[in-house]
Amino acid sequence: MKYILVLVIFLSLSCKFETKDSVILEVHDFEGVARYLELKGSKTYVVNFWATWCAPCVKELPYFETLQANYSDSIEVVLISLDFPHQYETKLKPFIKKQNLKSKIVVLDDPDMNSWIPKVNPQWDGAIPVTLIYNESKRLFYSRTFSYQELESELKTFF
Amino acid sequence: MKTFLSLLLLLSTVVFSPVSQEKGYDIGAVATDFELKNIDGNTVSLSDFKDAKGFIIVFTCNTCPYAVAYEDRIEALNKKYASKGFPVIAIMPNNVKTKPGDSMKAMQIRAKEKGFTFPYLMDADQSIYPQYGATKTPHIYVLESTDRGPVVQYIGAIDDNYKDPALVKNKYVEIAVDALLNGTRFEIRKTKAIGCSIKI
Repeated sequence: MKYILVLVIFLSLSCKFETKDSVILEVHDFEGVARYLELKGSKTYVVNFWATWCAPCVKELPYFETLQANYSDSIEVVLISLDFPHQYETKLKPFIKKQNLKSKIVVLDDPDMNSWIPKVNPQWDGAIPVTLIYNESKRLFYSRTFSYQELESELKTFF
Repeated sequence: MKTFLSLLLLLSTVVFSPVSQEKGYDIGAVATDFELKNIDGNTVSLSDFKDAKGFIIVFTCNTCPYAVAYEDRIEALNKKYASKGFPVIAIMPNNVKTKPGDSMKAMQIRAKEKGFTFPYLMDADQSIYPQYGATKTPHIYVLESTDRGPVVQYIGAIDDNYKDPALVKNKYVEIAVDALLNGTRFEIRKTKAIGCSIKI
């Protein structure tokens, strides 16, 4: 009986840990994601479109994390994932957990891409990664990859 | 002085513009022919297709999930339109040193697995895709044969739903090719889609 009780306590605890650790995704169509491209706060917003299947995206992701950590008072990084819905459980969630990503993550699931890509930026042809940096006075779209130094020096032009 | 200033201004936009200027073909451009190696070892050129009314050029690869999602639809396009004079020509633009999964051997294996009936060519020195202005896979160019050469008539995606062919509302490439075959007008000349950047 005692053992069962211990087991029950143990199980309930592990359940609790499980809930705490598991990644909850915020998934939207473009309409839902659009608000992150027009945030009106006083911060500078750094919005990166990425996916776990995109090697150059994965490579630069840590730089966005570091940027968020180093400028937490003045910026907000938003990572918009374009991962495939059938890989949310198998790829995206494990990746977020393993990389211990701290930035805000939003998932965009909207297959009619031609309807929303031009709304993000008319210059965007659909290749990723791309990054949007904006605040109340300035807005720039980058169809390129960054090193940390490059990303930081771009950000500084917004302050 | 004024000219100098405007030149400077122009130069600064080119140099400092964070968005790369759009290069490559626009609608109406005459597309270059090429001589690229096919998976069967032969080289293929547009000029080999003497009777072609046009071409469906597809920059694609083995390793991009969007390209993979469209493989069956690319094959279906060739089945439907090759006999009507619009064959599919697929070109793999990635640097295989960066993407070993797109090697000639891997292309051969994938083509066999999927039963591709169209040429699957490799842009081995990566000289053709920049001329077209392809930036990602998949990236489609519909060309129409004219006296001036192959003229670009459509650039972009195959259709408007990568996820589920059953939910497609607009088959962009089919609309374009049907219109070109019938000599009718069509509206949507350029579309945007997410894809994998071409690996250099």
